[in-house]
Amino acid sequence: MTEVTFYFFGILTLASAFFILITKNVLHAALSLVVTLLSVAALYVFTNAEFLAVTQIMIYVGGIVVLIVFGVMLTNDVSGKTIISGSVNRLSGTIITLTVLVMLIYSGQELTPIATKVHNTASIENLGEHLMTTYLLPFEIAALLLLIALVAASIIAGHDLQSKIS
Amino acid sequence: MIPAEHFYYIGAALFSIGLAIVLTKRNAIMILMGVELMLNASNINFLAYNKAGSLDGQFFALFVIVVAAAEASVALAIVLKVYKHFKTINLDKIADIKD
Repeated sequence: MTEVTFYFFGILTLASAFFILITKNVLHAALSLVVTLLSVAALYVFTNAEFLAVTQIMIYVGGIVVLIVFGVMLTNDVSGKTIISGSVNRLSGTIITLTVLVMLIYSGQELTPIATKVHNTASIENLGEHLMTTYLLPFEIAALLLLIALVAASIIAGHDLQSKIS
Repeated sequence: MIPAEHFYYIGAALFSIGLAIVLTKRNAIMILMGVELMLNASNINFLAYNKAGSLDGQFFALFVIVVAAAEASVALAIVLKVYKHFKTINLDKIADIKD
């Protein structure tokens, strides 16, 4: 039963990602991205990373996709017209992609699988404890990075301050 | 139990699809979606190859998500600014970087 669910979500991930590749409508691609991200979150659960799955749903589906949909709407030339985006470099893109895929799969067979059989229970309590002790420095740097990104995004996209000051 | 290789194959295929989107699409927002897919593919591998008894893979994936959120917000801000300036977000039509 677990296997069936796993392969169902695996195939759903790849199918919806492939739909992003072939569709021309940007809004359809954004909606398909939601399906992809949700099934990736389901795959996280199979690696005993429940907290990561919830984080994925909150940040990606709740945040980034909304941001992307707003981006699609705000960069629409004419309202009411569907946004069409064709593809270029089809031949060279396919060749490069298939080369990378074959390379990845061959190198993956060299990897020795490290015990996914014995899973430790990663409780949220355990995670939080590590975040405040072992991973304190990356945690603080991540906080700083988010602050910088927040300020940078609002300055870049906001109104032109320079002309108002002078 | 699901073998770790199958996670790896799904991750590899997802990464390739993301790369194909980045290479073939010319809409800046579509390219951003491709980058997000590639980051997700790396996250699947971090979690699948997480060593038993440690949480390193999970923390790595967590910080990847944080960086992805920061990247998406700044990238979309730049896209909006580019659209305001050039009236298009087709990357082939945006050639000059000066005013």
